[in-house]
Amino acid sequence: MLLAENIRMAFTSLLANKSRALLTMLGIIIGIASVIAIMTVGNSLSSSVSSEMQSVGANNISVYLDVREAEKDDREDGVSFGGLPTGKITEDDFITAEMLQELVREYPDLIETISLNGAQIGSGAIEQGKKTFAVSVEGISSGYLEANPIHIVAGQSFGEREFEEARRVCLIEDKLAKKLFGEDPAQAIGRTVTVKTYDRVLEFGVSGVYENAQGQVFSFGSEASYTCYVPLSASNEITHNKSYTHFDVVTKLGVDANDATRKIKEFMNGYYRTNDRVTVDAFNMKDVAGSLEKMMSSITMGISIIAGIALLVGGIGVMNIMLVSVTERTREIGTRKALGATNASIRIQFITESMIICLIGGAIGVALGIAGGSLAAKAMEFPARPTLSSILGSLLFSLAIGVFFGFYPANKAAKMNPIEALRYE
Amino acid sequence: MRKDKEKMQDLEEKIKDTQGAPAPEHLLELTGIVKRFYIGQPNELEILHGIDLRVSAGQFVSIVGASGSGKTTLMNLIGLLDRPTEGKYVINGIDIDDADDNDLSYIRNQEIGFVFQTYNLVPKTNALKNVELPMLYAHMPAKQRREKAERLLELVGMSDRMKHMPEELSGGQKQRVAIARALANDPSILLADEPTGALDSVTGRQVMDLFHELHERGTTILLITHSTELSDETERIVSIRDGMITGEHAGAGRGPKEG
Repeated sequence: MLLAENIRMAFTSLLANKSRALLTMLGIIIGIASVIAIMTVGNSLSSSVSSEMQSVGANNISVYLDVREAEKDDREDGVSFGGLPTGKITEDDFITAEMLQELVREYPDLIETISLNGAQIGSGAIEQGKKTFAVSVEGISSGYLEANPIHIVAGQSFGEREFEEARRVCLIEDKLAKKLFGEDPAQAIGRTVTVKTYDRVLEFGVSGVYENAQGQVFSFGSEASYTCYVPLSASNEITHNKSYTHFDVVTKLGVDANDATRKIKEFMNGYYRTNDRVTVDAFNMKDVAGSLEKMMSSITMGISIIAGIALLVGGIGVMNIMLVSVTERTREIGTRKALGATNASIRIQFITESMIICLIGGAIGVALGIAGGSLAAKAMEFPARPTLSSILGSLLFSLAIGVFFGFYPANKAAKMNPIEALRYE
Repeated sequence: MRKDKEKMQDLEEKIKDTQGAPAPEHLLELTGIVKRFYIGQPNELEILHGIDLRVSAGQFVSIVGASGSGKTTLMNLIGLLDRPTEGKYVINGIDIDDADDNDLSYIRNQEIGFVFQTYNLVPKTNALKNVELPMLYAHMPAKQRREKAERLLELVGMSDRMKHMPEELSGGQKQRVAIARALANDPSILLADEPTGALDSVTGRQVMDLFHELHERGTTILLITHSTELSDETERIVSIRDGMITGEHAGAGRGPKEG
């Protein structure tokens, strides 16, 4: 009963000073809005990262050659791109097909398949009339198709014969197929594409059209060039290559990726124990996802601290305006006391008022935060995901700010001497 | 809050007990009231030097004195806004020595109706809500509160301006609302401090008439004023000077009624 009345009185007093109340709320609004926006963006980012990870395959283990630490220190720039400082690694160091066979024989329980795309024919162009489309031609093993999110939308993928006979066939991306052969991807099947690289002119029959299901996070710049996959055996034939600098392992279901990563790394390093320049390193997507998530949460934490400071400043603003309000209403407080208000009811009245200010500010902040966060997420092309817990948490937190910063002014009001308060001009 | 409520119930019972017992002979009993103010250690200012005053239920009493006589201090003590330094004060059978601050708030709420010279209506709150205030602090249910407030505003002739804000009312109208508010919890006594001080003579007259009317209905009224003209209208006149009661005599009673 008194609570409802207190809330009504709080609104009366806020409506009497609308612009003042709004300015007071501003600090809270900004603080809460930034917390919510950051949480929305962070949440959508990390959830799309983890779903992306799922599609890429959390069970994949990447194994690659790396230059030994001692060698790295000698390098002047000390920066390696993509963990493949190929300049230091010579062809003698490459991973051979025999090594891979040994690896599969050693761990048949762990390894489902091995995915190779080490032999890149490289970038080239497909010309059609006046238009030129940039493509990169990659040789892939049969395992690659399992390890990566490549969905065939027309035609078919490579079968055993294509690999064995090193056929000159390729899989092209649906977007490219559309541009070359028209809307229907089926029209591309059986046609021939001519790829010009800097030193070769290669012809491939289109055996399938795939859709790149990989999300945007890991394919920045994919618009610039389309990938054509050809059987690894064909690309090895073209490039006269039989060894690799890296490969991916697809583990069997239920295998602990971290454990498998350690074992595979250990096994592969057996071949490189005597090599004083090159070593083998491996990582899995779980690691990457974990460290990305860690990074995200520390960014979120950092910005939350800044938002917390904004809220603190906002809270001080609320306290300040409440003190002004208490002073302005000294006579009213005296009157209320004369009419029988206890100190406690005066205190509750003013704390309610400050809570209402903060709650309204918090609600506006939540709305702005969701709007801003969603816009930002949209701009980055992630689905926006404001969480209920962050909304409720923010509202509760703003109420807490109201209580905390309202207490001192409210207490000042409660402790007023009624005689002096009534006499106040 | 709950604790508050329980405490009030205790007190309510206490009051009921005193009401159940043979009604106290006097509504207000002040015995040897002394009030001193300490303004720095060696200086202490004694405003009231031993006041003895008894007021019975239903009386219309005025306390008259020049400014500085101590009448405002006395009113604050009677109104429980302050405590005496020495002496005993019993209101409606309750010794205020036994009451803590919350009890005082409650007794003030139940037993005393204040009418101030400057009305002291709560701003931005309409007449009805103003009258409801004391009932609000008495935890009266909303519907009951509203009905009673409407009845009281009718009584003081303000039924057509219930939804008006204080800023929209004239001085006399404000004072009527204030009187309705003072009557909200059926207090034992109406404590009016210069109620006509800020009004012109015509509206002042109307307010005094209202007091007479209430008195005839049985309300006990204590009027504090410097004006002998007003005090002459009351039943009983107590003069105060330099913190002492200097005399007491019967008044002429009700003044000329307008119209």
